[in-house]
Amino acid sequence: MHIAVEEEKCVGAGQCVLAAMEIFDQRDEDGVVVLLDAEPPEEQHAAARDAAAVCPAAAIAVRE
Amino acid sequence: MSAPSRVVVVGASAAGLSVAETLRRRGFDGQVTLIGEEDHPPYDRPPLSKQILSGEWPEERVWLRDEATLAGLNLDLRLGVAALSVDPADRVVVLADGSRVTYDELVIATGVRARRLPGTDGLAGVHTLRTLSDARALRETLAAWPRLVVVGAGFLGTEAAAVARAMGAEVTLVSDLEAPLSDVLGAELGELLVRVHAEHGVKIISGVVVREVLASGGRAAGVRLADGRVVEADAVLVSIGSLPNVDWLAGSGIDTGDGVHCDEYCQAGPGVWAAGDVASWIHPAAGGRMRVEHRTNAGEQGMAVARNILSAGHPAPFAPVPYVWSDQYDRKIQIYGSPRGCDRFAVTDGSLAERRLVALYGRDDLVRATVGINMVRSVRAARALVATPTPWDSIEQGVTA
Ligand SMILES: Cc1cc2nc3c(=O)[nH]c(=O)nc-3n(C[C@H](O)[C@H](O)[C@H](O)COP(=O)(O)OP(=O)(O)OC[C@H]3O[C@@H](n4cnc5c(N)ncnc54)[C@H](O)[C@@H]3O)c2cc1C
Ligand code: SF4
Repeated sequence: MHIAVEEEKCVGAGQCVLAAMEIFDQRDEDGVVVLLDAEPPEEQHAAARDAAAVCPAAAIAVRE
Repeated sequence: MSAPSRVVVVGASAAGLSVAETLRRRGFDGQVTLIGEEDHPPYDRPPLSKQILSGEWPEERVWLRDEATLAGLNLDLRLGVAALSVDPADRVVVLADGSRVTYDELVIATGVRARRLPGTDGLAGVHTLRTLSDARALRETLAAWPRLVVVGAGFLGTEAAAVARAMGAEVTLVSDLEAPLSDVLGAELGELLVRVHAEHGVKIISGVVVREVLASGGRAAGVRLADGRVVEADAVLVSIGSLPNVDWLAGSGIDTGDGVHCDEYCQAGPGVWAAGDVASWIHPAAGGRMRVEHRTNAGEQGMAVARNILSAGHPAPFAPVPYVWSDQYDRKIQIYGSPRGCDRFAVTDGSLAERRLVALYGRDDLVRATVGINMVRSVRAARALVATPTPWDSIEQGVTA
């Protein structure tokens, strides 16, 4: 699995971090998403898909 | 309970798309029909009062999914056609083009529409802001540096006011509340935001309702307030809330009122579900009916409904911590839970003076909500105090207000 984020689109909602703490974080100043792990291990794949699905800005792309 | 083979989703926006995507992600390979009245593919509304209104983003950035991703979902996508009625006994939806679509499971995701002021239909210069075409029209108006009156000072009206100021409009914000935004943010933060608007040159008139929109030569010329005052203007933005799109369900027997009345599983009857702005459901923790007009709720509730449809008779209650954000000038406001009706308030990080803070709201001795202004991580941490019942007294130490 490969994950990409579009910082430009991110609205700092933080839904991705709630869904997958190991994969996403946010910058403190403006809340823009920080990708911690672009190639997460198998056991985090479901959480990564959830994160992409709940992102209100469609800023997270997951390629399998 | 047998697995459904045909799911029909009415409303092709955030909630409807989320239902369709979640069904596919969970391996549903039956037919999914997604019906949307608007001509556009599913798009995102929050930018309409922000980056789209200001022109900062090109319009194509609002599409929620690109063409290839949409095609990959293998949907029976019917855009530009409204659902006119539903017969839950025969499980069939009738569309405006005369076609009839049968379903095993129906999801109502028709959202809400903007409330209007009486007598303003079709009057040039009067705007509402709910759709992409609404945003286009208002953006064109703002390009001419008009005098703009914004009627209603909720998040939508105040965001639009901020953008309009930045674009050079002369802006007057009229609120029926004595303290604008105090209903959704409490007195302290409501006042803080009103001050920010005033500093940016927005003229604020509070505690009075607009009686009528004045017209001259077939165009809006201003508004008359209940106290007789007149505010002259070239354009009027009416942002006084919304009405759930449930009219098409009249006579169907589906229980509607302020939205589609659902149980705690977001189910409105056999084979009928609702998600997003239009859904009123019983929140198990809040203990009562709730209808939430937030972008993240639309996505989460759509997911929950899709999961429940596929749960083979074992649905899970939908019990989210509501979340909403608003961008105004350089302030990002984030709200978890509902500050409405709270009577305790404490700033726990940052300060009112810095205009960068995290605040907690309480009622009945429990923490009910947290609001952050430009403190993204800190407010996310405070969300835990809302998600699990936390006694107010346990947090009051360390308050820095
Ligand atoms: C300008 C603006 C700014 C916003 N900003 C924020 C924000 O900053 N943060 C936030 O959390 N939320 C924000 N929101 C709210 C958020 O956009 C909504 O919560 C979200 O769009 C709800 O999605 P939905 O799918 O439930 O409904 P909607 O987006 O309303 O979609 C419903 C769709 O159903 C269609 N429809 C209606 N009736 C029928 C019918 N009979 N047949 C077929 N189709 C039908 C409609 O045309 C519409 O396309 C904003 C909303 C607006 C308008
Ligand atoms: S959920 Fe989306 S918008 Fe929110 S922080 Fe993550 S990437 Fe950004």
